[in-house]
Amino acid sequence: MNNMRRTFLKAGMATGTVAVAVGAGLLTPASVLAAWPKKAFETKKMDEAIKILNGSANAANSKDITVEAPDIAENGAVVSVTVKTKLANVENITILVPENASPLASSYILGKQTDGFVTGRIKMRKTSDVIAIVKAGGKLMTAKKPVKVTLGGCGG
Amino acid sequence: MAKKKMKIRAWMTDSRATVKAILFHPMETGLRKDKSTGKAIPAHYITEVKCEHQGKNVLTCLWGPGVSKNPFLSFRFKGAKKGDSLKISWVDNRGESATTTATIG
Repeated sequence: MNNMRRTFLKAGMATGTVAVAVGAGLLTPASVLAAWPKKAFETKKMDEAIKILNGSANAANSKDITVEAPDIAENGAVVSVTVKTKLANVENITILVPENASPLASSYILGKQTDGFVTGRIKMRKTSDVIAIVKAGGKLMTAKKPVKVTLGGCGG
Repeated sequence: MAKKKMKIRAWMTDSRATVKAILFHPMETGLRKDKSTGKAIPAHYITEVKCEHQGKNVLTCLWGPGVSKNPFLSFRFKGAKKGDSLKISWVDNRGESATTTATIG
């Protein structure tokens, strides 16, 4: 059963087309607004996804970012995650799950009036950290929270 | 699912507007199989959500298949007042879209 699931996941990944042109145009945050970064969502490497979205993958740990998620998620299909930060000039908030087939779950581009606060619900395949990347004032900062998943939520 | 594509609630708390929204969408990853046929259920998920306050963009969400079914979204922003309009619109990977406007109460 588990074996079948592996091959199935692989097949699903291979059929996804990669829009190189879209990826190439995504080096500046401003252009992220213009197109959905397909490549960032399809990559299996977390660093690559962060790089496509933010231009760099070097994020420093920050105590000013709080990731709120349950310690134990009974249902991996619905894991409520809140990212809060006191940092000023927050440009975007990205939520990643390294153990998922595609680590990038969601990315939020904040307007000037918007607080550093976003809540969403994500899927988690298995027990993993939930990583938040915050870009504020041109700097990348990160924080994480481990979540134990008792029932995976990405199908298969 | 009913025809309604979105539910938005927005209200003022002190100087900030709090927005909570539920978008009704299957959010299929494309990895799940239909149990009766054994075939993969094609991917169908929201890719982009735009939230505008009085025509000005306050939040853009870029979502992938890793977002839960019937996604929930909550955020806060400054500079709003009671009675202002808040427009949320989304587009999915099949090009379907929906727009709903709410009033901040």
